[in-house]
Amino acid sequence: MPDGASPVLDVRGLKTVFKTRGGEIHAVNSVSFHLRPGELLGVVGESGSGKSVTMMSLIGLLPSPPAEVRGGEVLLGGRDLLKLAPRDLQAVRGAKVGFVFQDPMTSLNPVFTVGNQIMEPLMKHMGMTKAQATDRAAELLDLVGIPDARKRLKSYPHQFSGGMRQRVMIAIALACDPDVLIADEPTTALDVTIQAQIIELVKELRQKLGMAIVWITHDLGVIAGIADRVMVMYGGQVVEQAPVKQLFANPQHPYTRALLKTVPALTGARAARLEVIQGQPPLLQGEPTACPFRARCAHAHPRCEAENPARRAIDGLPVGQGHDVACHWTPPPTSEVAHA
Amino acid sequence: MPEPLVRVRNLKMHFPIHAGILRRKVGAVKAVDGVSFDIFEGETLGLVGESGCGKSTVGRALLRLYELTDGSVVIGGEDIATLDPDALRKKRPTMQMVFQDPQASLNPRMTVAAIIGEPLDEHTDWPEAKKTERVYELMDQVGLNRRFANRYPHEFSGGQRQRIGIARALALNPKFIVCDEPIAALDVSIQAQVVNLLEDLQDRLGLTYLFISHDLSMVRHIADRVAVMYLGQIAELSPRDALYAAPLHPYAQALLSAVPEADPALEATRQRIILKGDVPSPANPPKGCNFCTRCPKVIPLCREEKPRLSEVQPGRFVACHLVAANQDTVGGHVSPGPEVREHNQQGELS
Ligand SMILES: Nc1ncnc2c1ncn2[C@@H]1O[C@H](COP(=O)(O)OP(=O)(O)OP(=O)(O)O)[C@@H](O)[C@H]1O
Ligand SMILES: Nc1ncnc2c1ncn2[C@@H]1O[C@H](COP(=O)(O)OP(=O)(O)O)[C@@H](O)[C@H]1O
Ligand code: SF4
Ligand code: SF4
Ligand SMILES: [Mg+2]
Ligand SMILES: [Mg+2]
Repeated sequence: MPDGASPVLDVRGLKTVFKTRGGEIHAVNSVSFHLRPGELLGVVGESGSGKSVTMMSLIGLLPSPPAEVRGGEVLLGGRDLLKLAPRDLQAVRGAKVGFVFQDPMTSLNPVFTVGNQIMEPLMKHMGMTKAQATDRAAELLDLVGIPDARKRLKSYPHQFSGGMRQRVMIAIALACDPDVLIADEPTTALDVTIQAQIIELVKELRQKLGMAIVWITHDLGVIAGIADRVMVMYGGQVVEQAPVKQLFANPQHPYTRALLKTVPALTGARAARLEVIQGQPPLLQGEPTACPFRARCAHAHPRCEAENPARRAIDGLPVGQGHDVACHWTPPPTSEVAHA
Repeated sequence: MPEPLVRVRNLKMHFPIHAGILRRKVGAVKAVDGVSFDIFEGETLGLVGESGCGKSTVGRALLRLYELTDGSVVIGGEDIATLDPDALRKKRPTMQMVFQDPQASLNPRMTVAAIIGEPLDEHTDWPEAKKTERVYELMDQVGLNRRFANRYPHEFSGGQRQRIGIARALALNPKFIVCDEPIAALDVSIQAQVVNLLEDLQDRLGLTYLFISHDLSMVRHIADRVAVMYLGQIAELSPRDALYAAPLHPYAQALLSAVPEADPALEATRQRIILKGDVPSPANPPKGCNFCTRCPKVIPLCREEKPRLSEVQPGRFVACHLVAANQDTVGGHVSPGPEVREHNQQGELS
């Protein structure tokens, strides 16, 4: 993928808070990332780290109140989505950005046929006639690997299995040929053999259609298999970002490093005891003035309390382009670690 | 070979399907359909398989939370399938369960101390002071601060709630614990805390576990032997290292190949067996081998005859015509699992 190509999606300094009775929840803090054409960006982080809120914010899907997108820019095709009128934003959502969510049952409407739900955006955003939309919908179902596609258009969501419903969701997301596909934990609710089918499908679709994808997951294994680049989130912030091989071979952030060690392996040596990350994730109350990982970090020092670390590059490339980390501590070089 | 603590033979759990105004029985969901295995004292048996294959039903049946359709479950020498209510009540303290969703399994209106002490109220006539002392002891054992004894479940994180559930399960000094997806609802960074705790408790208290999970990596970490279930039956039951090194049953092979590994270099070279289609309904399982509709290695015999779960290598039990036919090539080492061999998975052979 051409490193110099201008990004299809460029998010800068995104900040989202929830106003609750107990005070403000700072769910997303100065999150910046970009997506190059044809690239698959993996986003990992535990539950509550801000993955979903980030993606929902940038496309205006959060109810306000309680949510307030307090700052940042979201550049897509030269426009800042945060400045668009609600109607224009809706059009962008339908036509330029496709969404796939974790639970396909709650995101499909149970009272309409699958065909109806695929055809709706086609007629609304692409101005197709009903006949054209029917043809295209059958084509899309076929594309996502549903046998007997034309017949299955008349089925209702409950007549499909979990894996098939997720395929339908992907078909809907792809309907208008979007520039960007955002998949929020699309396989988390599925069994591994069905997850393997969906991942295989997405790999195939990337080759055929070449769109750029943001894939959110908490499963490092899934990331390792499909991502070009990875962004690790913790406590509402990007704590590390790198090309996938680099992230796994040379993790820099204490959270990333601990996370990679705490997951048992399927092959190779078996650890007698699992490494543990002590403590709990942060609550995100109040403006972040310290490192969000400090309470659980083995390398925390006074500066971590006094100053929330900014992202810094570790390979000389500008932040966001190569490998960067938000941490005041520098790990020993990898060769030493290997012997330790 | 020592006597197993838990001996399950030809366990069946069928749930009736009713229809019409008269609620006539029109069929049955064969959630568990002829399952046999042993669990030895101090051992962890992993039970894996996809959603709906019958794992939880096996776990619940073992504790007789259901009335079994057929089969026997001998725990510590007694067949709990046929115990009368009084005898069952006396037996309960020795076998306990830890659930998947710590949130849903804890009463939100009870304090932590009351939740952990509930089994003591039910099964002992201890004075309050002794019960309180035991509750504190249990809180220490699972790493909960005693100061939290009077708090309510919603004030705790998921990992802490799971500790509360574990403390409650330990209250009556059980020997055998069914852990049904005890970490599935927890964050990755919290899962290891709970798994390490379960392992420590096993070492200290000599516990025996049935560990139900769909996380095959975690099962490799915690289990000594692993049973792979598919559609209500056991496809393969093998010692952990042998299974992960080379699964013998085609379903076990596909399942393991589908698990993603957190290693990009490895992922780039892995050969996945992608299964086509979905798991058939347990109300209407296919004739012959229950995996025949999705098996990449299916032969005509598979659609006619159900393969028996038989010991194809020492300690390895597999239900597949191909593997059984290969017995000779396995080194002529056909040592029949003395018990399990008799109890094949055919149930009532038509
Ligand atoms: N009380 C019940 N009545 C009718 N059918 C049931 C009942 N309990 C379970 N089943 C069915 O039995 C089968 C096995 O269910 P079970 O809960 O044991 O699956 P599982 O392997 O634990 O799945 P999961 O991984 O989703 O927890 C499923 O088809 C389920 O729908
Ligand atoms: N409607 C809401 N009101 C208040 N807080 C919320 C709301 N939605 C999300 N949050 C908070 O925002 C943070 C990030 O959530 P989310 O992006 O959903 O995390 P995840 O990384 O699991 O997708 C969490 O602390 C969550 O509790
Ligand atoms: S900034 Fe400090 S507390 Fe935060 S991760 Fe780095 S070393 Fe740990
Ligand atoms: S018996 Fe036949 S269908 Fe069943 S697993 Fe073996 S080869 Fe596959
Ligand atoms: Mg989310
Ligand atoms: Mg279950």
